[in-house]
Amino acid sequence: MSVDRSRLPPVGPDRLFHLPRHVKQRLPSGIDAWSVQHHGVPVFAAMLLLPAGSSHDPAGLAGLAATTADLLDEGAGERDALALHDALARLGAHLAIMCTPDATVVGLLTLSRHAEAALRLLGDVCFRPRLAADDFQRVRALRRNRLVQMRDAASATADRVLLARLFAGHPYAHLPIGTEASLDRLRVEDVAAFHAHAYRPEAATLVMVGDRPHAAAIAMAERATEALPAPSRVPPAPRTVAGPVLARPHHAIIVVDRASAQQSELRVGRIGVARDTPDYHRLLVANAVLGGQFTSRINMNLRERRGYTYGARSYFEFRAAPGPFVVQAAVQTDASGAALHEVFAELEGLGGRHPVTPEELELARQGLTRGYARGFETAEQIARAMVQLAQHRLPDDTFDVFIERVRAVDGAQVTEAARQHFVPAEMLSVLVGDQQRVGPALDALKLPWRAMTLDEALGS
Amino acid sequence: MAVDFAKRTLENGLDVIVHEDHALPIVAVNIWYHVGSKDERPGRTGFAHLFEHLMFEGSAHHDRGYFPPLQEAGASINGSTNADRTNYWEVVPTQALDLALWMESDRMGWLLPALTQEKFDNQREVVLNERRQNYENRPYGFAQVALARALYPEGHPYRWPTIGEVDDLRAATVAEAHEFFRRYYHPGNASLALAGDVTADEGFALAERYFGGIPRGPHVQRPAIAPVPAAAPARWVLEDRIEYPRVHLAWHSPRLFAEGDAEFDLLGDILANGKTSRLYRTLVHERRIALDVVASQSSREAGGVFQVVSTAAGPESLTAIHDAMCDEISRLSDDGPGEDELARVMVQAEANFVYRIQTIGGFSGKSDQLNAYNVFLGSPGGFDRDLDRYRRATRESVREAARRFLSLPARAALSIVAQGRADLALPGSLPASVQ
Repeated sequence: MSVDRSRLPPVGPDRLFHLPRHVKQRLPSGIDAWSVQHHGVPVFAAMLLLPAGSSHDPAGLAGLAATTADLLDEGAGERDALALHDALARLGAHLAIMCTPDATVVGLLTLSRHAEAALRLLGDVCFRPRLAADDFQRVRALRRNRLVQMRDAASATADRVLLARLFAGHPYAHLPIGTEASLDRLRVEDVAAFHAHAYRPEAATLVMVGDRPHAAAIAMAERATEALPAPSRVPPAPRTVAGPVLARPHHAIIVVDRASAQQSELRVGRIGVARDTPDYHRLLVANAVLGGQFTSRINMNLRERRGYTYGARSYFEFRAAPGPFVVQAAVQTDASGAALHEVFAELEGLGGRHPVTPEELELARQGLTRGYARGFETAEQIARAMVQLAQHRLPDDTFDVFIERVRAVDGAQVTEAARQHFVPAEMLSVLVGDQQRVGPALDALKLPWRAMTLDEALGS
Repeated sequence: MAVDFAKRTLENGLDVIVHEDHALPIVAVNIWYHVGSKDERPGRTGFAHLFEHLMFEGSAHHDRGYFPPLQEAGASINGSTNADRTNYWEVVPTQALDLALWMESDRMGWLLPALTQEKFDNQREVVLNERRQNYENRPYGFAQVALARALYPEGHPYRWPTIGEVDDLRAATVAEAHEFFRRYYHPGNASLALAGDVTADEGFALAERYFGGIPRGPHVQRPAIAPVPAAAPARWVLEDRIEYPRVHLAWHSPRLFAEGDAEFDLLGDILANGKTSRLYRTLVHERRIALDVVASQSSREAGGVFQVVSTAAGPESLTAIHDAMCDEISRLSDDGPGEDELARVMVQAEANFVYRIQTIGGFSGKSDQLNAYNVFLGSPGGFDRDLDRYRRATRESVREAARRFLSLPARAALSIVAQGRADLALPGSLPASVQ
């Protein structure tokens, strides 16, 4: 049978697949336990979600949540740090602690047959860490050194400066790691107090994904956490992020000098939306047209048409409170001005003179939905999806309705989303690069730009 | 534990491997071409990788870019090049498998009519920017480039980086791209793995249908690579835009799947991977003179390199870190690992074999592993043989591996220090070259 090469083979109708179902049960310890059955490879993934993100850092103590998270596995329960990691290793377990602006997630991957023993260790790590003074000193010193190292990384610097300027005065202004000055102020007592407040079983959600039936998984979690302290009567910490009302930034560029750099790290951003926005699906589609996929306008322009960069993209960070919308690219130094010009043109164009075409709309919608099954392949992927539901208190049918909601987005909605969110006049730009060489090109853009040292730019 | 498969070789020499996994309505398509940067020659380095970029720019019957139709079909797509091989993959919904195979076969059979100077020039600029992003503008970005130059003699194919030298990339021509394609990009030098929601019969029929008509290419000559001649250990220093100095100690080690290769993985874990490892404990946890420490066995077709790397917590401690590394290595060479610590890293190694069969596609999913075993071992069924190497390791075999390869000081000791601070490098270091 010969192949017809005059046209691409058609793609058949979408096939149904079953989204993972979860059951929830509150354990005697107060933990909200979720179980998902997932068969195939005999592994067990657990994620414990705590309302302990960097936006909960007290004023002046930026970095407290992340330092606390980092100390969890430096000794817990009956084990010191080395004994704890030895015990994990003997179960073939991987422990991953992640502190984000909104929450801390402690992830565990192990073999199914070791699930219960590993869950006990997870309980110790989260609720019975030693938080010893000596470990605190060591961990803080390592984190402080990492901050110093970040100054040498142009991309990390660009991310940091954009957030600091967009969110000045707001809990999202700092990275979870904090600042040198705030880390210097931290004391181990702060860590203990933060832990006591935020790491309470009744405020935690435990997601478990594995091959056990729900009842068996829940019973196992109950046994593994029975020794935990009883739930406190004080209500759990609020999960919402409060903060001052943020001013819309002015169309301006901040330059952090990196003498003789061969590339400029560019960020163009604005405050976006929270995860609970009713516009979630149309913003995903609008961003897919603009910069969310390889085939998006910004990448096709900057990379495939002009060769300025290895890749350019844009994204919304959907957080508990409105997070950033960011366009990012590393571009060769001599194309810095031209690249910024093109980014602004693409931002402007989608809501204006170059509205989404029917082909682009179809590509964006299908790209987001047809491959949806891929996101639910492994136990860890499923656990991460469940954590999203728990963290943002999303309805149980969030994933079920995703495909139809995305498919329902039309061109007028993309145009409207672009008009609201892709507004060059409200974009703050950050360029980390060779100031001397990019200066003239920035002058030509006729936008106010200012060179700052990193510390000035961070407002520290 | 195993990854089941069926394999057939088409008339034109294309190996086709199918692994069934019907958990989700998705299929991974994975193609390996047995060509990498070690098949290049000095003066034209970076070509295999640049060529990988060109494979995404359209082919004769679909001359409009590779991504859009597949992305619209819901695929995730990527490719990569290393010294030994180039791979390409798509993970597609089952109903788009025909489309993915049409696209992959069109670029295998009919790339050249669509390969224009304009595309070539554009992707060369993209690659130069990839290099700027990952090497020039990245802290410690040239470490592996400097080490390869220190470890391999002039003319050795592992001496140059896969990304290529800037001058070579600028000198490359479209005519050379055509020649490169004809020599290496054909069914006889490729291996196609399909994993996921497809039966073996369907998979073989589809492979025959889309790839069967592509003519067999010329036999690929693989010139023998002479062993690296013995040479005195040397120390090198590289100045970079960084704050904390870093030291790399590197030795030649067993090549991929050779005796001792698995032992070196275990040795690296015992020595410096994870908080229970010997060097993490002493350097980071107890003495606190290092920010981090890792070890890696990077084994390739024509040789391996074992590295121990650590970043100093202060400007002065490289020598102390170096001495601690050497002490632990000589202890392991003399006494071998403890029973208990060997058992611990073997459990972890085995568990990692389980974790890596969770995905059908992408880099290092099941389809990629099947191709790796097929290309490097001659059969896709290498999973158990591979795992057995770790199960069979003993205290004695680990000690023997250390003794055989690590008895001399590191063949290359590289210090990376702040600009103008060559004085912080290990004593006797010479300036390293990276260009």
